This record gives sequence, structure tokens and C-alpha cells, in this order.
Amino acid sequence: MIIFLLRRFLTLIITFFGITIISFSIIHLAPGGPLSPFTEFNPKITPEYREKLIKMYGLDKPLYIQYWNWLKGIAKLDFGKSFSLDQRPVWDKIKERLPITIFINALSLILILLFSIPLGVYSAVRAGSVFDRITTVITFIGYAMPSFWLAIILMMIFGVKLQWLPISGLHSTIGYEEMTTLQKIWDWTKHLICPLFVATFGGVAGVLRYVRNSMYEVLKADFILFAKAKGLPDKVIIYKHALRNALLPLITILGLSLPGLVGGSVIFETIFGIPGVGQLMWQSVMARDYPVIMANLFLISLLTLLGNFLADIGYALADPRIRLENK
Amino acid sequence: MKEILKDLIRHKIGLFSLITILILVVLALFAPYLSPYDPFEINVNEILLPPSFKHPLGTDLLGRDVLSRMIYASRISLEVSLVAVGISIGIGVFLGSLAGYLGGMVDQIISRFIDIMLCFPTIFLILAVIAYLEPSILTIMIVIGATSWMGVARLVRAEILSLKERDFVLIARVYGAGTFRIIFKHLLPNALPPILVSASLGLGQAILIESALSFLGIGVQPPIPSWGNILIEGKETLEVAWWLSVFPGFAILITVLAFTLLGETLQEILNPRKEIK
Repeated sequence: MIIFLLRRFLTLIITFFGITIISFSIIHLAPGGPLSPFTEFNPKITPEYREKLIKMYGLDKPLYIQYWNWLKGIAKLDFGKSFSLDQRPVWDKIKERLPITIFINALSLILILLFSIPLGVYSAVRAGSVFDRITTVITFIGYAMPSFWLAIILMMIFGVKLQWLPISGLHSTIGYEEMTTLQKIWDWTKHLICPLFVATFGGVAGVLRYVRNSMYEVLKADFILFAKAKGLPDKVIIYKHALRNALLPLITILGLSLPGLVGGSVIFETIFGIPGVGQLMWQSVMARDYPVIMANLFLISLLTLLGNFLADIGYALADPRIRLENK
Repeated sequence: MKEILKDLIRHKIGLFSLITILILVVLALFAPYLSPYDPFEINVNEILLPPSFKHPLGTDLLGRDVLSRMIYASRISLEVSLVAVGISIGIGVFLGSLAGYLGGMVDQIISRFIDIMLCFPTIFLILAVIAYLEPSILTIMIVIGATSWMGVARLVRAEILSLKERDFVLIARVYGAGTFRIIFKHLLPNALPPILVSASLGLGQAILIESALSFLGIGVQPPIPSWGNILIEGKETLEVAWWLSVFPGFAILITVLAFTLLGETLQEILNPRKEIK
């Protein structure tokens, strides 16, 4: 087990450096260097000031030294200052938004599991039934559904037509301060229903299909036949013998689906006006605020990497075959 | 190839997706003849008209015919997704076959590179790259292609890895065939079925990404119509013009669904090991 952990940790380190190198290369992708988009469109910036900026950001040094300095910076969570008018440190901007994005994604992950596992198991047990067919259809629609369209349709139905739910923001702006804690929670819930639905829908499709197929395969295995031959009741066979085996690889699948889930944040946060990292990413792309864009890209991929790592460890802990095989 | 087509037509879902895609291709190819109006023509007297006989899908904020714009948009979507998938398959096949055939250090480096690329949420990566470039149709084709090849690469690598020790490859090598000849002539044709499947699924995904980018304002730029950027107006006029958001989104859904189902059906048909259910 220790050897397995060490090996996984080593790949984690290598992947981490890979992420930093790719992020760093994208910064230098801009023709004329990372400053050019900032300075070229800005008439106020004279060639002298440009020189000063280049010195200030250390852009006159060789690339490997720039990379090293950038690495030293991010180790201290120093991503430079935003190009926007407020010129705040990038990390401060991200810090206040990160919890919101993580909170919503964690919640939607829980919802995805809550819906897809029971539905998937039931579909597999009743393979070929009407129920199974309906969930299959829903799965494919979930795959193909453009999430931004789903968001707009939800806004149209529940926000505009029925006026049941607010369509923008995390909480009300008027009268929010005077609310009691309970009212505040209710206010948050109402604001979160639509975004959470959008964030969850696509994920349920993928995971449900996975659970169904995995369960379906396991139910055909010899040890299930054996359990049946022993005369065990169906319930015990399904929930005790089959489910455990079917759900094991799910840990890895969840780890792999993290990037997609987090990527969805850009879309639903932008549409529903939720002040998370996804919205910040979109805003800074529109404003060409490069320090913020790069820090966002780097931090989000770092989080994904950690999520994958934890999923791998979790899988190895749950399944002895994996950790023994990798010795 | 003929056999595959025959199987597809016999398969109910396969037939549905094939017909949908065929309609789409016809619409895209003959857009100038099939669209009732000029998609760029602004008409201030016909702003935000609901669907009627004259304008089956209504008109937009500038009085342009939505049906005509959507027909032209199918062109853009197909173009973008075809080129993007072409690029991603090209990169994927190249890196995947190198990794699978050469093995060792090369395989290690390429596989690690794939793992690293997979850590970046696609949308974030695309946004970061596009921020440095002028948004144009060519840009998004290249960027989507360059960020979606990892699945194909893994698949080709696995396929070649499983084939390269077979007798027919050894014989080819004994006859003095070079590395590239073995890869392209002997190994890749065997990997074709799974590549075909992932191309079909990839086309759907590329259309989804393109429309999302256009909706976010960094993909296809107006006045060129795209299903995604028609939806921008749809969101702005949510309260008065439902047709501007309902129809383009539905078109995306059906198109992506068709490509996804085609991919799934192909997988069933082409994979003899998998039991058809």
C-alpha cells in the first residue's frame, strides 16, 4: 500500500508540474508576450512605460527564470495584480469566489449520486422494462442537452411565466439584511434551485448510465448466480453482493467527471449571475484580464488534479485488487 | 462500409439519427436555396414578430427571419465540428499510435501529457486560450480540436498496444516494413471502428462546445448566425420572445442527440464482442 501511495504521489507531482508548464506556456502564447494585449490597445501606455512594465514583470529575463519566478509567486499564492480598474491582487478576487463554486459543485455532486445510484440500480435490475427504457431516453437527452439552453428554459418557465423562483444571484438584494437566518436559508434555496438543477442534470445522465451498465454486468457474474443458487433473497443479492462491486469503479468515474462538472460552472454561474469562479473566468476573458484568467485556469486544474488523486486513493482503499496489482 | 450502412438502416435508432443528420447536411449544403429570406437582411418594420405563416419561427431584434438564420447556422455548426473533430482525430491518432507502437519512454511522456491535459476543464482551457486570440470561426475550430484529442489518443494507444505483438505485424516487420508503414497500413485499419465511434460522439460534443462558446460571446461572432449566438438575444428577450430561445436550443439538442445516438449505434454494430441489448 505504501509503495502504491508513493507511486501515485510521484505522478501527482509530475502532473502538477505539467499543469504549471502548460499554464505558463499559455501566458506566453500571445504574440509579443503576455503584456501586448494589455498595452497595445491602450493609447495611454507609452513605449517608455511599456519598458518599465516589462522590467517590473521581469519579462526581459530568459523564459526558464520567468517560469521559476512565476512558480515562486504561486507558491505564495501571489498571482500578480488584476488588469481591471480596481487592480486588486488576483488571489483576493478568487479567494472570495472559490467557496461559492466549490459549495455548489459539491452539492450537485451529492445530488447526482442521490439520483443516479437508485435509478441506475433499478434500471439494471429491471433491464428491458419500460422504466429502464425511460431512464435510457432521459440519459441520452441529458448527454445532448446544452446546459445554457436548459438554464434559459428554466428561467422562462419558473422565473418569467410562473414567477415562482428568482432568476439571478445567490440571494435577494433588497431586504436581505433584515431577514432572519431561516428566511435567509429559504432565500438561498430558492435562488439555488435552478442553477443546481442545471449543474446536476448532465451529471445524472452520465453517472446513471454508468451505474446501470456496471450493475447489469455484475448481475450476470458467476458469483451472483451462485448466490441465487444458494437461495439468497433477491434483496440481499442486489444490495449486498452486486451493488458493492458495481459501485467500486464509480469512485474513479466521479474523479474523471470532475473537470466537466467544474467546467459547467462557467455556464450556469454566468447565466444565473452567481458570483463564483466560473463567472469571474468569463468576465476576465471578456475584459482580457490575463492575470485573473491564468490564476483561474491554474487553480481549477489543480483542484481537479487533487480530486482525481483522492478518487484514486479512495478506489485503492476500497478495492484490494488495485493496490496489490500495483506493487 | 456498405455493410455498416445496411446495419445502421436496419437499426431503428440508427436510422433516426442518420435521417436527422442527413436533413441537417442538406440544409447546410443548400442553405441559400432553402432559407426563405436573407439571414442578414435587417427589417425595422418586422421586429420580434412571433411565429406566423410568413415567418415560421418568428423574427429577431433586428427583424431578421429566425428560420433563415437557423438554416445558415447549421452550416457553421457542421463546419466547425467537422474541422474540429478532424483536428482532434489527427492529433489523437498521431500521438496515440506513437505511444502504443513505440512504447517505453515515448509512451510514458505521451501518456503523462494526456493525463495533464485531462486535468484542465475543457471550457476553462478553451476560454484561456481564446482570450489571447481574436475570436473567429477558424480560432474556435482549432481550439476545440486541440483540446479534445485525448480520448482518441488513449483509445488508439490501447488498440495498437493490443495488436502490435500479433503475428501479422511480426510478419510485416520480417518483410522489412517501416514503422510508419506498419502503423498506417497494418495497425490503424484495425483501430478504425472505435475511431469512427468516437468521431461521431465527438461531432456532437464539438457542436455543444461551439454553441456554448457562441452563447458566451466568444465563439461565432454576430452578424454571422450560430445557434449559440441566436440564444444570446433569446436570453435578453426572455419575457417577450420565447421563440428566440426555444427553437435554436432545440436544434442543438436534436443535432447533438443524433450524433450521439449514431455513435452509440455504431458501437453496437461494430463491436462484435459486445452483446447487443
